[in-house]
Amino acid sequence: MPSKIVVGFDGSESAKRALDFAVAQAKAKGAGIVIAHVLEWSPYSFLTPTELEERHKRRGEELARAETALLKPVVDSLKDSGVEVSTALKYGHIAETLASVTKAESASQIVIGRTGHSSLSSRLFGSVAGSLAQAAPVPVTIVP
Amino acid sequence: MTRLTRSAALGAVGMLAASAPAFAQSIDEKVNEAFANSTGWFVSFIFSPFPGTTFPWIVMWLVVAATVFTLYFGFVQFRTFGHAIRLVRGDYSDPNDAGEVSHFQALATALSGTVGLGNIAGVAVAVGIGGPGATFWMILAGLLGMASKFTECTLGVKYRNEYADGTVSGGPMYYMTKGFAERGLPGGRFLAILFSIFCILGALGGGNMFQANQAHAQLTNVVGDYPGWITGVIFAGIVFAVIVGGLKSIAKVTEKVVPIMGVMYVATAVVILIMNADMIGWAFGQIFAGAFTGLGVAGGMVGALIQGFKRAAFSNEAGVGSAAIAHSAVRTKEPITEGFVSLLEPFIDTVVICTMTALVIIITQQLIIDETTGLYMLNEAGTAIATVDGNSGVALTSAAFSSAFGWFQYVLALAVILFAFSTMISWSYYGLKAWTYLFGEGKTTELVFKVIFCIFVVIGAAASLGPVIDFSDAAIFAMAVVNIFALYFLMPIVRGELGSYLDRLQSGKIKKYN
Repeated sequence: MPSKIVVGFDGSESAKRALDFAVAQAKAKGAGIVIAHVLEWSPYSFLTPTELEERHKRRGEELARAETALLKPVVDSLKDSGVEVSTALKYGHIAETLASVTKAESASQIVIGRTGHSSLSSRLFGSVAGSLAQAAPVPVTIVP
Repeated sequence: MTRLTRSAALGAVGMLAASAPAFAQSIDEKVNEAFANSTGWFVSFIFSPFPGTTFPWIVMWLVVAATVFTLYFGFVQFRTFGHAIRLVRGDYSDPNDAGEVSHFQALATALSGTVGLGNIAGVAVAVGIGGPGATFWMILAGLLGMASKFTECTLGVKYRNEYADGTVSGGPMYYMTKGFAERGLPGGRFLAILFSIFCILGALGGGNMFQANQAHAQLTNVVGDYPGWITGVIFAGIVFAVIVGGLKSIAKVTEKVVPIMGVMYVATAVVILIMNADMIGWAFGQIFAGAFTGLGVAGGMVGALIQGFKRAAFSNEAGVGSAAIAHSAVRTKEPITEGFVSLLEPFIDTVVICTMTALVIIITQQLIIDETTGLYMLNEAGTAIATVDGNSGVALTSAAFSSAFGWFQYVLALAVILFAFSTMISWSYYGLKAWTYLFGEGKTTELVFKVIFCIFVVIGAAASLGPVIDFSDAAIFAMAVVNIFALYFLMPIVRGELGSYLDRLQSGKIKKYN
């Protein structure tokens, strides 16, 4: 069975570099890639009554927007690459969700981009790369 | 508005007030008089006692209902308490539903609508008039009220409207119409209309004027006396910006700060209790003794009982129907799960937070005891217990907490203002739902309600506490009259759901994800 590589993708420059890296790897190994986009979400956040009312509608809109604006173009661009491409679009904590996508897809590797600068918020709350290194069930490659 | 500009605005307002105090005070007086005159009849009706007694029928109505639901559902609040916590933790949530409204979010939003002045000012009123014994009845009412909340929130989710665009609308109006139709009962539509009218009044009263009024009282405590309508105008402006202008940033900040404030409030209370650990036994002794003898308070044991039940109901809103509106947006295939989650609400609100307030007031000995008799001394008017500084309402709570930590009055002032604000935002939503149920959805009809809501913020801040608190209670309890009446007819539906769900939970058919 050909293995799969999960790529964390958010449309940023570093994510594109991670994707290029993953595609090259996949070609070399004959593996498929899973382009995973995670919408940051905590079930323990606080919302106003109006936000609650509209949540289901907004969720649909957010998913549709991510699908058309983010995932579809990149999948299209990889059509002729010869690599088998699938996508995963999920809500949740980014690192944990990437790890669970990896498990669900039985992937053998995770590739993510590095944002490059260490902002204050990532110092306080940890970066995606940092927490993924802790949570990942498979080797993680961080592309600078 | 940022805090900086708000305080600047307050400063400017303060100067304005100083220049024209007589004029300003007379506006307050006029508003107050007109308000008391126009709402008096309604208040007297709701709080009229059973003939030949002093016991208001409305209080009996709420307690009997809570007791009936408790027995009918076999003490559901105790049987499913653990399961409710597991639901909130997300143990039974499908990960594929991530991004939808979680049980936690529905509970947190509903709580931020109920946790507020009832827990701070309301409890002080209860203990100030009914004595420590009122606490006992308050806790009992809170525990029983969990069953009322369970019933109404299950129905709220079950009969909500889900629209094609993905938004939802739920609440007693919907279970009254749909549930009654389903059971082949007449009058559902009539009840729904009646409920909606009272819900609008409740939103303007307890959900708005009472909040504005107490927020103003807090501000004057901190910055000195100035006319209420000024606070009203500022508050109305901010509320307007949020509910009409769609200014999400303020609401977002409030929604985040309010839970922190709530936790801080309870934590401070716990610290004060630990500091006075040797007196906790005495305080509970006062609570139990007072519950059955009154310890000399006006009205004796019955006075304590009425105050305890009344303020508990006002604080946790169990049976009122408001929570059914708040909880109905949750994403779940099983309406009853939201019922379980909602029963935590009176527990957190009343059994935990209200009890903390009461204990701190009792332990810091704000209430004056006659040393020779061991009974509480009444104030000159004989209407309430005499307090150390003559405080009542939120000022009494403030004095109690400040006697341990002087700085706490500032934290409390901020907490009261934020609680007041978040409660207003929640109730503006409940009122709006009732309003659109009556008059149809649409930008203009919604705007009319929102503007009326903002006007009442000003009236509430300007009127004095007496008439405002009376009207607020009356309107909210009127909601409970209609809501509970409907719940009696619909409770077999909930029992069916409960039985089926618990069977499937037992047999492992309800899937656990975590």
